[in-house]
Amino acid sequence: MSGYCPHTPADVAAMLAAVGARSIDDLFAPIPAPLRARATIDLPSGTTEPELRARLEALAARNTATDAAVFLGAGAYPHQIPAVVDHVLRRSEFATAYTPYQPEVSQGTLQTIFEFQTFTAILLGLEVANASMYDGASAAAEAVLMARRVLPGRRTVWLSRALHPQYRATIATYLQGLPDALVREIPFGPDGRTDVAALRGGAGDDALCVVVGYPNVFGVVDALADAAAAAHDVGALAISVTTEPLALALVRSPGAAGADIAVAEGQSFGLPPSYGGPGVGLFATHERYVRAMPGRVVGETVDARGRRGFVLTLATREQHIRRERATSNICTNQGLCTLGVAAYLSLLGRRGLARLADTNYRAAHAVAQRLAAVGAPPVFDAPFFNEFVVQAPAAAAQWAALAGEGLVPGYPLGRWYRELDGALLVCVTESHTPAQVERLVTTLANLARPVRAARA
Amino acid sequence: MALDEPLVFERGSAGRVGWDVPAAPPDPVPPLPVELRREDDLAGLPEVGELEVLRHFLRLSQWNYSAATTFYPLGSCTMKYNPIVNEEAARLPGFAALHPLVPDAMAQGALELLAALEAALAAVSGLDAVSLQPAAGAHGELLGLLLVRAYHVDRGNARRRVLIPASAHGTNPASAALCGYSVTEVPIDGRGLISARAVEAAMDDSVAALMVTNPNTLGLFEEEIVAIADVVHARGGLVYMDGANMNALMGVAKPGDMGVDVMHFNLHKTFSTPHGGGGPGAGPVAVRRTLAEYLPVPRLVRHGEAWAWSEDAPKAVGRLRSFYGNFGILVRAYAYIARLGGDGLAEATRLAVLNANYLRARLRDTYHLPYDTPSLHECVFTDRNLQDCDVHTLDIAKRLLDYGFYAPTIYFPLVVKGALMIEPTETESKETLDEFAAAMLRIAEEARTDPAHVRGAPHDTRIARLDETRAARRPILRWRPV
Repeated sequence: MSGYCPHTPADVAAMLAAVGARSIDDLFAPIPAPLRARATIDLPSGTTEPELRARLEALAARNTATDAAVFLGAGAYPHQIPAVVDHVLRRSEFATAYTPYQPEVSQGTLQTIFEFQTFTAILLGLEVANASMYDGASAAAEAVLMARRVLPGRRTVWLSRALHPQYRATIATYLQGLPDALVREIPFGPDGRTDVAALRGGAGDDALCVVVGYPNVFGVVDALADAAAAAHDVGALAISVTTEPLALALVRSPGAAGADIAVAEGQSFGLPPSYGGPGVGLFATHERYVRAMPGRVVGETVDARGRRGFVLTLATREQHIRRERATSNICTNQGLCTLGVAAYLSLLGRRGLARLADTNYRAAHAVAQRLAAVGAPPVFDAPFFNEFVVQAPAAAAQWAALAGEGLVPGYPLGRWYRELDGALLVCVTESHTPAQVERLVTTLANLARPVRAARA
Repeated sequence: MALDEPLVFERGSAGRVGWDVPAAPPDPVPPLPVELRREDDLAGLPEVGELEVLRHFLRLSQWNYSAATTFYPLGSCTMKYNPIVNEEAARLPGFAALHPLVPDAMAQGALELLAALEAALAAVSGLDAVSLQPAAGAHGELLGLLLVRAYHVDRGNARRRVLIPASAHGTNPASAALCGYSVTEVPIDGRGLISARAVEAAMDDSVAALMVTNPNTLGLFEEEIVAIADVVHARGGLVYMDGANMNALMGVAKPGDMGVDVMHFNLHKTFSTPHGGGGPGAGPVAVRRTLAEYLPVPRLVRHGEAWAWSEDAPKAVGRLRSFYGNFGILVRAYAYIARLGGDGLAEATRLAVLNANYLRARLRDTYHLPYDTPSLHECVFTDRNLQDCDVHTLDIAKRLLDYGFYAPTIYFPLVVKGALMIEPTETESKETLDEFAAAMLRIAEEARTDPAHVRGAPHDTRIARLDETRAARRPILRWRPV
């Protein structure tokens, strides 16, 4: 029996007496007896805390990837995390509070979210941001639904094929409730960028929005400015989607490039990959669209004595007031993750973030050059950030076997794009050691050698 | 002591960095073309030191009430103790550092944990299959209704309407609208319940599902649920249960036995994962076998001795998000279930219901109880008895803050005027409940003797009542450099 419930038999007896019940069973009288008779939960008995720890440690130890050299990105990124970030995340005062309905005793959470909104707006280069969405993919889907609220008469959603396939799938799922919406795919060109000419050729006056990955799923700094201009020329909204937000410390901001709504997955900023979640969706837009924006928002105000304070605001967009006419059904945010992001971005700050982005850019390009020299040439030649695609058919074919030896050289893109069979999406960040990089280069060189010999 | 603390953007000094960033390798590489470069040199981001950042956030943390530091009787939110050992579990490097796209063979421990959690939730619900993908309760509602939609589309007609009782959760209508359904409200009777007759009156072939919260937001078990499910099924509809209040039902009644076809859980409520100031949570969905083929991809499947992800599900509704769900939250919920076991979960429910009934008994002579029907894990009072003193629900909530308690959920459910919805959970001791009851009784006394003092509350918090009208009228949603 855990210590989570503090009741002694004497407590229970005294409480039952106050209630006027003979037994706890009596309290369940409103539930029909046939239901109660079948309700035993068929699960093993509980454990002690040391037994639980041992069981969890054994499960965690079976995840062998943590000892390996792993060059995976594709939507989740390995970065070093300052110790202060996790220390702050562990604070029970933050972790065990809930949605700040009582602002007088929730100023810690509220001020943190206000700071998070500011970080998000600055990085995405737009005027306002919300208090966060579940993750980058659901944020992208909510951005498309928001576009529909801004432009209710329009129905065609143009999705770049170079947008992360899981994000495209999530958008398609969210559109099931809008049966008249039509999804069209924009192909990518031989350089790995969205084919804006194809978009211009196809998009007409029923275009709702154009959604582009920035950088896209190939790590390529996509042609966001051109795509946004094409969207605006037909009266549609431009939506940018960033899976690796560290890139935004180096590349032109989505807002400056013309995005009307910019979303991103924030996991890179101080949150561990954690097998894909929790992350946090960043969401920003123009001030003029703020009342069409989904999600919670924190605003600044003053208290009865004139001191600055923060509250949840613009609630008239939300479900408890608007019911089925709300801008979204999301009624929370990723509160604790926004704290992690705010702490991380505070620590790195203006200089550290720029330096880290530069380090990632250089580290990835250095590895790309070395791989090209040993027989794993780049597939695309457009500029990239810290991820890139190389042709490495032998490594892609032997992916699982290599992993068994402790090297995951990237993601075999043929699983997502049939036309890219034999290509690997390789991610290099500041977290990769020189020894891991040597191992990657040597292994891909050895695997490429027979191919080169055959060609000669 | 309540130290002041500016925004982090108002701190620091130009050129200061709070964390040393590793240097780039020396290899010469082609620079990013100028026209693609960031335009503003990141102007506005803070330049602060490590201790400054630590101090900033620790000071902010002290401005929060939290479930770990004080009783937090927020109704419908199940603010139970969040075990510390679960925090350690989620941070084991084998879980936290695991990349979601590694080959399945390298993630067998994670997959086994997820499979065990799916099985445990199936066992608690009496349903057949589970998806762990949704990131929150409302995300689970969205998935559940998409499953309903897929089921009907597969039978030739998506149908048009969803029935939602007046006592349901606030997000339910918005979730239905998101799936393209219109909402028909089912009225509650004088006891606070919906009846099979009321559902039958609203039911026809255009209804895709009844979306019922059980126990409802009054804390009342829907006594006719089995007959109600029969009514819905007879016209080809499905029954969706909002499982936010599962803390009242574990080991006492299984939704699968009630006729429920699909439901969502809130792991951050029933299964002890921290609420995080609003998230991250997790909202897994459980379904009857007839709906399993529509569950989202990827699915966890067993190949011999090993677990694997499969995208092979032609009727799946798609995916709701990236990767597999909020894994770090799922680890915590698994740890909670493993620690308590089936018996422990049932005991948690029994004591949660005892605690709620105890508070109800302690307060009912002083505060107005709008529905006398026996309640389970929470109870709803109103401010009616204090109205002659011009003291209202909001004032009671704010005065509780002065006594060191977070407030109950207020003005919800909407079917009760001036509602005060109290959910103590099982992890609170009798002494804490007694202290809370004493504060509530004291406030009722103060309402008679010094109502202005109650209306001016809170008095002892760092910040007084905030001007919410001003915040909404001229929204300031971010810091800007002066």
